Amino acid sequence: MKTYSHRIALISPLLAVLFWGSAFAQTRPAASIPSAALIQPAELATALTDASAAKPLILQVGFRKLYDQAHIPGAQYAGPARDAEGLRALRQRVAKLPKAAAIVIYCGCCPWSHCPNIAPAYYALHALGFRNLKVLYIADNFGTNWVDKGYPTTRS
Amino acid sequence: MAASMSRFLLCVIVTASLALLSGPCMAQSQMAMAPDFSRADMAGTAVHLSDYRGKLVLLNFWASWCGPCRDEMPLFSRWQRQYGARGLQVIGVSMDDDAASARKFLKQHPVSYPVVMGDAKLGESFGGVLGLPATYLIDADGRIVARFEGEIDLKNVGARIQMLLSHMTR
Repeated sequence: MKTYSHRIALISPLLAVLFWGSAFAQTRPAASIPSAALIQPAELATALTDASAAKPLILQVGFRKLYDQAHIPGAQYAGPARDAEGLRALRQRVAKLPKAAAIVIYCGCCPWSHCPNIAPAYYALHALGFRNLKVLYIADNFGTNWVDKGYPTTRS
Repeated sequence: MAASMSRFLLCVIVTASLALLSGPCMAQSQMAMAPDFSRADMAGTAVHLSDYRGKLVLLNFWASWCGPCRDEMPLFSRWQRQYGARGLQVIGVSMDDDAASARKFLKQHPVSYPVVMGDAKLGESFGGVLGLPATYLIDADGRIVARFEGEIDLKNVGARIQMLLSHMTR
């Protein structure tokens, strides 16, 4: 009985930290993403059109109806990272990738300061150990900051 | 002669006012016909956009997880109550990936206007809804007279709605 209680006492703080960490990641704003992790649309667009440049894995972590209308060529739909289901799908998508894999995530659902998806996605991948991870900075939305700029776009 | 001159001056004033109030969203020369659609609202009632010809339609694309969208909706509800009798009709289009999320939100935060579910096809027909919120003003003839991306400038848009409504009732 004592051993059982002892185990619970040991595990509880760990579970609390995991729960708190997950909840905290989902409530952190996009502005909390380190600027060193950001990539500007023009920079990514240039890299995509450079035939000699290595192409990163691009994951869209926003809503499906946006992805279906327009997305970056080669980008895969990972699901909205604002909820547990979306984060689970994102983690599953990258589960077999080496930690050194070049990954770019983006959303563009709404203005950067209001985006509910990008920070949870960034912190989830960061926590998994991905260090070659970039976040596409979309100030207003995908239409304004990517499509209207004439950067490469495709649709489903 | 005096009457036709008055009408001409009125037209000039209205056009100039609309141009001033329109801001950067859409030039008058870009006015396109709004694509018609027919969708069931959350109560199961059919909503045909073309049925609202003769009214000023505020068409708002939103989603339950979109903060700026949620901020705007109480005002749209108020505008519907305030200006509905004068010819304004607000229609919401949820871009939530599932209807259950939209229904749940609307149950907690009811609005005074019909809401239908949108999809990529509907978004594309309006030139692409590639960010939320996105709001369109459609005049009594079914032309898109304004498109606003992101949270709207409430004062500006409110003034524009009043201007368009007063123009309709002349």
